[in-house]
Amino acid sequence: MSDKILTSPLTKPNSYIGRTLSRAGAKRAVAGRGRYTDDVTLPRMLHAAFLRSPFAHARIVSIDVSEARLQPGVALVMTGAELAALCTGPWVGTLTCFPGMKSAPQYPLAVDRACWVGEPVAMVVARTRAEAEDAAECIVVEWEELPAVTDKKTALDPTTPVLHAELGDNLAFRKTIDTGAVDAAFAKADLVIEETFEFGRHTAVSLEPRALLAAYDKGTGKLTITTSSQCPHMLQHVFAHTLGVPQHNVQVIAPDVGGSFGLKIHTYGDELAATAAAMQLGRPVKFIADRLESFVSDIHARENFVKGRIAVSKSGTIEAFDIDVLSGAGAYSQYPRTSVFEATQVLNITGGPYRHKHYRARATVVYQNKVPTSQYRAVGHPIGNTVGEHLVDQAAYRLGIDPIEMRRRNIMPDDGYPATSASGIRLKDLSHQRCLDVLVERMNYAGLREEQTRLRKDGIHRGIGIATFIKGTAPGPHGYYGTGGAPISLQDACVIKLEPNGGIICAVGVTEQGQGTDTIMGQIAAATLGVPMDRVRVVSGDTDATPFGGGTFGSRAAAIGGEAVYLAARDLRQEILELAGVLLQAEAGALDIVDGMIVDRADGRQRLALAEIGRIGHYQVGELPNSVQPLLSHTRRFRLVDDLYIFTNGIHGAYVEVDTDTGFTRLLKHWVVEDCGRVINPQLADEQVRGGCVQGIGGALYEHCLYDEAGQLQNASLVDYLTPMASEMPDIDVLHVQTPTSVSELGAKGVGESGTGAAPAVIMNAVNDALLPFGVRVTSQPITPESVLTALGTI
Amino acid sequence: MSEDTAQVSLVVNGERVTRTVPVRQHLVDFLRTDLGLTGSHLGCEHGVCGACSVRVDGRVVRGCLMLAAQADGAEVVTIEGLDDTGEIADLQAAFVARNALQCGFCTPGMLMTAAELLAEKQQKSREEIRTFLSGNYCRCTGFHAIVDAIETTLAKRLGR
Amino acid sequence: MKAPKFSYVRADSVEQVLDLLDRHGDDARILAGGQSLMPTLNMRLSQPKILIDINRLHALTGISLLGNRVRIGALTRHVEVANSAVVAQHLPLIAEAMPHVAHVAVRNRGTFGGSIALADPAAEMPACVLALGATLVLQSATSRREVEAADYFQGLYETARRPDELLVEALIPVPRAFSVSVFSELAQRHGDFAIAGVAFHLEIHRGVVADARLVYFGSESRPTLAQRAGSAIVGRSIDAASVAAAASALDSDLSPMSSPHGSSRMRLHLQRVLTRRALATAAERARAA
Repeated sequence: MSDKILTSPLTKPNSYIGRTLSRAGAKRAVAGRGRYTDDVTLPRMLHAAFLRSPFAHARIVSIDVSEARLQPGVALVMTGAELAALCTGPWVGTLTCFPGMKSAPQYPLAVDRACWVGEPVAMVVARTRAEAEDAAECIVVEWEELPAVTDKKTALDPTTPVLHAELGDNLAFRKTIDTGAVDAAFAKADLVIEETFEFGRHTAVSLEPRALLAAYDKGTGKLTITTSSQCPHMLQHVFAHTLGVPQHNVQVIAPDVGGSFGLKIHTYGDELAATAAAMQLGRPVKFIADRLESFVSDIHARENFVKGRIAVSKSGTIEAFDIDVLSGAGAYSQYPRTSVFEATQVLNITGGPYRHKHYRARATVVYQNKVPTSQYRAVGHPIGNTVGEHLVDQAAYRLGIDPIEMRRRNIMPDDGYPATSASGIRLKDLSHQRCLDVLVERMNYAGLREEQTRLRKDGIHRGIGIATFIKGTAPGPHGYYGTGGAPISLQDACVIKLEPNGGIICAVGVTEQGQGTDTIMGQIAAATLGVPMDRVRVVSGDTDATPFGGGTFGSRAAAIGGEAVYLAARDLRQEILELAGVLLQAEAGALDIVDGMIVDRADGRQRLALAEIGRIGHYQVGELPNSVQPLLSHTRRFRLVDDLYIFTNGIHGAYVEVDTDTGFTRLLKHWVVEDCGRVINPQLADEQVRGGCVQGIGGALYEHCLYDEAGQLQNASLVDYLTPMASEMPDIDVLHVQTPTSVSELGAKGVGESGTGAAPAVIMNAVNDALLPFGVRVTSQPITPESVLTALGTI
Repeated sequence: MSEDTAQVSLVVNGERVTRTVPVRQHLVDFLRTDLGLTGSHLGCEHGVCGACSVRVDGRVVRGCLMLAAQADGAEVVTIEGLDDTGEIADLQAAFVARNALQCGFCTPGMLMTAAELLAEKQQKSREEIRTFLSGNYCRCTGFHAIVDAIETTLAKRLGR
Repeated sequence: MKAPKFSYVRADSVEQVLDLLDRHGDDARILAGGQSLMPTLNMRLSQPKILIDINRLHALTGISLLGNRVRIGALTRHVEVANSAVVAQHLPLIAEAMPHVAHVAVRNRGTFGGSIALADPAAEMPACVLALGATLVLQSATSRREVEAADYFQGLYETARRPDELLVEALIPVPRAFSVSVFSELAQRHGDFAIAGVAFHLEIHRGVVADARLVYFGSESRPTLAQRAGSAIVGRSIDAASVAAAASALDSDLSPMSSPHGSSRMRLHLQRVLTRRALATAAERARAA
């Protein structure tokens, strides 16, 4: 920590760091004056619509677009082959950090063959979206249906057709973690519990669907893309390289983004196609994925089948976990982030809170004729936490140990860090014990157990669920994307400037989707500089106006982006004080900036307005000695140096009531105690947890992409794909324990995915706790009335 | 086949508007593209998510399920209109203070529906508030903060 | 998801509508509330030639008590039915069902007649009118006929309405003395299509069931009056034995459908559970009356 700052913005009373402030962006949203991609119009703009494959697997024998081209309002119709000719090559979604991983080349629009229902096959660009859809109906495709691979459990059987012949089989990737001596640990354990788990396929359902507006200036060769994306810089690379435009001539702007959750960190063929059309036509082309096409084109996630075992001593000590994970990836490995992370994260984090030394975990990722899967909020953690926490609960029940006590006996001690998990991850700065203590008290665990016992006598079945978790946030460059060769920055950056009027512009590479990134970056900058919040304007989401960064994913904005802001703001503060020192003939160290004024540190006497530094520094530089050259603009970047992630921890509690006659589960209350290190804005952190919880509850009780054997998605609308709505959701109590991370000065960790990562685990544990007297349990998600009644043997 | 059109004359946010519209164009597309009122959003176009909620003749409706042609003679109020008149300024302030919105995409529809709840001038429990909002999808907030903001505003309006 | 092209007529009179239906039949669709029709258009699941907008036909609106029947005009919005004092007083079954009909915004626009004309198997109003023994009035260019609810709902989305007919109103008998009704449904989320639901209308004299119209919906292809289940409790008081008899009679009265939201086995089971609970509620309400 620099000794140039004697009063740290981290510990100063009333600092913006740690304060709840409302978001500046909220005001325009409540006024209906948000600016989302579909709100942007450009002169002579056209609209794209797509013909999508109605088959899970089919050869495109011929495609006739002649009639479509003649329809009213049509400017262009493009087939997959025509688009491929405009691209530098197909995409291949592998990373070198996954040795042995294979994926077939993928064209943005299908060329010879469609591999999933919904794969885009041809594009119409027309004056209105309605006319584009009319014309798309006139495209005639001769299809030759091919056998579809849908069941991941038989995907590797020798009799199952191979989806991509050039790959030889349907295996995308295999990985094993093995500490050794696992079989021995199981053999000598007093108790072994074994279970199989099914996790249904999900889709993100961001309320604003994917959206893109591309414009190309043929004169300058500049491509401008306005798009609802979390990662403008990554898209800049992908679109530049795929379409053969020099990357420095591509500007990607993410305006207001209507929800993302990881959906919008990916690359999509239909978006690429619309961009190519804009370049061809020299006219702006807009593509808004409608809800029906979103269901069959947005990345899917979570389709996993897991076999899990836990070995426990009779005193309740967890000796080992052994898991086998089968992941259904879809038709291709999504470029460039791949489709194997869900499985590998399950391997990394299952049983993560505990001290056991023996662990074996195998992941098999297979291809199917379904929508490709990839990273979606909390990647793998909902699955791994559910498996681990279920097995721990079941072991506790069998041994007659209270589930809370079972956690107490096994979680890593708060004073035991750094530590290494059995899966090989280095963990530090965690607080499992403290979080557990806070939860037990806050939820009145003892009181709930009493109430549960009492109500059981009246035939009312309530369940209490507990789920401890770890969560990997803020990935570093030595982890996957970086070492794997992905065009994704794991650093992040801030350029911070003093304007002539004394205002501050803080440009960052992380992005805003409503969680409050801009606000907390502003809080960090304002607190570090010593200026009021309204003096700071944060600029984000524009590759022309921000330093190169990674955008927002993996809960990295506060931890990585925030640190860059902190460091850059500190540099700017130092320069300001040095300039002030020159002007005031004082030592920089004797001065401070408080509420936007330069003051004497000793007595707080106001000496100079920041606007004076701005005026002189930019306009009247002659008032400074010739040897002094003001910069008033500072850049800093930050990244993790050794660690792969900044791990966080927490614990969920849930209280539910299961109507054992109808199988319906009612959620009575939910608690989360989590540790995301230094909390910048408590309200924003709380709300991330709440929203994430409900998204996780969606997976636990409602959401499921239902595919039939022919690879048709049967519930591809909001009528039949059930997402959580207000009536069924509980109030959620959130508390934070703050153990700052030691990898940065700010000490902030990630919080955005902690709700989603463990909510499915705690809900399933709560339902099974309710069902305990019946001697039955559910182990597949979503937990539906049907699955509860089936477990009870009622139907 | 060329498009059938219809003449519509309606009042939108207090202003009379007369236009010729394709008969198949729904009300929200008309508001967004013809009138530049982009505050009403499209999340599903099949009447489930509520992002398109607008007020027609005094009641909140799903704007994606009404044809613009049907709005002839109607009085339409969008979120922009509500904002301009200040009718829900207290609710909007409560949403901002409580962070009852994140991405903001559901927010105009949510406010439109909540405005109707407030207009009933009846005490409502949290559960009743949740039921009233049951047709408005939000993916970001998990609803808790939204219920808080409405509860606070309702209490103030009812003088509790 | 933009609707395909179609022709559109804003009808000024019932006669105009009937004339158009006579000419176009199945190529025409009536646009009333639009809460069910518009999604199918936006999703391009239906491509009608002509939409007949009947929203200006005030003759088709209104709720009134006519002698011993309540008349509900087909174009009456759900919200008007929900807020109606006449309905609250005379048709408590409908009043109890209303909060389950979709959501506020849908009720503000969707119509009573629209729900009955569509006859979605999970819809609440068809079940209620069947339980209440309502009469549906259908008009064409050449006829006006009354169809009993029992004859009206014929199959999955199939009703007695001919393509040239317009549903103009429902006439619902005011329940007699000692009437008790119970409405209940199970859906995974409030406002969703019901997986299983019941609309019961009984007459209970001094604890004995004199008449029982037990209608089941959500699980069946059309709202179904369970004859055997009803017979099982007529002449008896509602107790464990009679309720069990009614519940097991459902095996022959019902043939539940399977869907991603519930197997037929589960739906039958849920209907039994709802039967037990709703009959218990009916007995309580009779005692309280």
